[in-house]
Amino acid sequence: MADTDLSKRDVVTDTKVAREPTVVVDDVHIVYRVHGAGSGKGSATSAVSRILSRKRGAGVREVHAVKGISFTAYKGEAIGLIGSNGSGKSTMLAAIAGLLPTEKGGIYTNGQPSLLGVNAALMNELTGERNVILGCLAMGMTPAQVKARYQEIVDFSGINDKGDFISLPMRTYSSGMGARLRFSIAAAKTHDVLLIDEALATGDQAFQQRSKRRIDELRGSAGTVFLVSHDNNSIREVCERTIWIEAGELVMDGPTEEVVGRYERGERP
Amino acid sequence: MSTVSEPVSLSAPTGADAGLTPKQLADKYGLSVSGARPGLFAYTKQLWSRRHFIWAFATARLVAQYTDAKLGQLWQVVTPLLNCGVFYLVFGVILASKQGFPGHTYISWLCIGVFVFQFTQNAVQSGTRAISDNLGLIRALHFPRASLPIAFTVIQLQQLLISMVVLVITVLAGGITPGKTWLLVIPALLLQTLFNTGVSLIFARIGSKTSDISQLIPFVMRAWMFLSGVMFSIQDKIQSWSPVIQKIMALNPASVYMDLVRHAFAPIIYNKHQPVHQTLPPHQWTYGIAWAVGIFIIGYVFFWKAEEEYGRG
Repeated sequence: MADTDLSKRDVVTDTKVAREPTVVVDDVHIVYRVHGAGSGKGSATSAVSRILSRKRGAGVREVHAVKGISFTAYKGEAIGLIGSNGSGKSTMLAAIAGLLPTEKGGIYTNGQPSLLGVNAALMNELTGERNVILGCLAMGMTPAQVKARYQEIVDFSGINDKGDFISLPMRTYSSGMGARLRFSIAAAKTHDVLLIDEALATGDQAFQQRSKRRIDELRGSAGTVFLVSHDNNSIREVCERTIWIEAGELVMDGPTEEVVGRYERGERP
Repeated sequence: MSTVSEPVSLSAPTGADAGLTPKQLADKYGLSVSGARPGLFAYTKQLWSRRHFIWAFATARLVAQYTDAKLGQLWQVVTPLLNCGVFYLVFGVILASKQGFPGHTYISWLCIGVFVFQFTQNAVQSGTRAISDNLGLIRALHFPRASLPIAFTVIQLQQLLISMVVLVITVLAGGITPGKTWLLVIPALLLQTLFNTGVSLIFARIGSKTSDISQLIPFVMRAWMFLSGVMFSIQDKIQSWSPVIQKIMALNPASVYMDLVRHAFAPIIYNKHQPVHQTLPPHQWTYGIAWAVGIFIIGYVFFWKAEEEYGRG
């Protein structure tokens, strides 16, 4: 590590030192099979004719969401994923998290990546307090660890800033509060690979600052962070590397300034 | 160092790793396929480390279940009692099933049957929904998915323990005196719990793939209930049938566990010196153990086989 030129280390890494990969995505194709597309699956006659003709494929449409993407992420990197709606960013994250099967190619990871999405609801009918405890236990913490971290998580989420909300069921929370609590729970544990799907956009200003600090800490503890967002400023602030995906294909992979700049100007390389 | 002006791929391996293909790189650093299913032993170990989660989840769910109802947890007891009441009226009084029982023991016999059968029925129903109702949790956090169907069985067990208090009162009110055989209720229910866990795991996997099954389940459960003799003695009705069918009916796990608990609570019903009595088929304990161990192992392996597929797509 006795290299002289470390100034640009977080942009283009020194090519002489072998970096430790944490996520290897090797020519991945992902195909969604949508049931019930096409002519009425629900109608009784079509269901009967489907059973009689033994054609399982009828009414199933294939959506090729990711078409041969390859990249390698290394330890300590924060990588932004950008692209227009429906370009396959969130699909890519779900696949890295192991939640979607790949049609072709392989995704190799160091440990089990955790996906943190705004849509991932925990248990709505339970109180915030119970959700914190259950979420931590589900991530594999011991009851003693949960006890030790509990206050920290609640303080971080800021749920109790405006009164005792943590003892209310989560269904009474605003969408921002819910997202904040979920982020706080998932961020309570150090993950080797943390995948974030637009979670930063939901919180208020103060919470966004706190989560940025937390993401930096997570990266510091030898992790890799992926961030999907339509907010280019939060990508700029958090990530030094950005991958641009369009229509399931990788358009550009490079330093954030360059990639986001070209993305904003709409210049495809 | 010379000026690096040409764009350097941030993905390309550097230093000693330069030139490795992605696959070679992954192998070199021991990266594993994302979302792969662990081995059966490793899976069991992971599951054991989540035992606190399973217990906390079950308790939280049990408490939350009736938050909308004014009577709250009281419904856990009231619902089966209302069932017992209806069955007593229809089967006991109108269809006169109670005449085959010594004294006033029919009501105890019926209540035990309803509570015990409901224990397994709930395991099937909640197992079917264990995965599909918790997709949010499954997609947000990583944990062994078998935690969910097992947690639901724990919920049923906790509910059963509450029902047991009511049951004991009913049985005592029905004029049955407690005896040493009451202790046998504990192993019988433990065996049934193990059996239910296996059943729950099997239906959790089926239910996660085929949502059609939830339409079919109520019908199947009702058929099973009538065939198991929950509210009337099925043995009396099938005595003229072929021995093979009688044997199959005797193997029915629901009947086996009901008989074990009924015999433990009220041996008088099976007492041969009574003018009217029920007969306990032989080898009920053997059947009970075989069903419990067999179904649990089958269910556990069956569920684990699809571990990586839950919550996908």
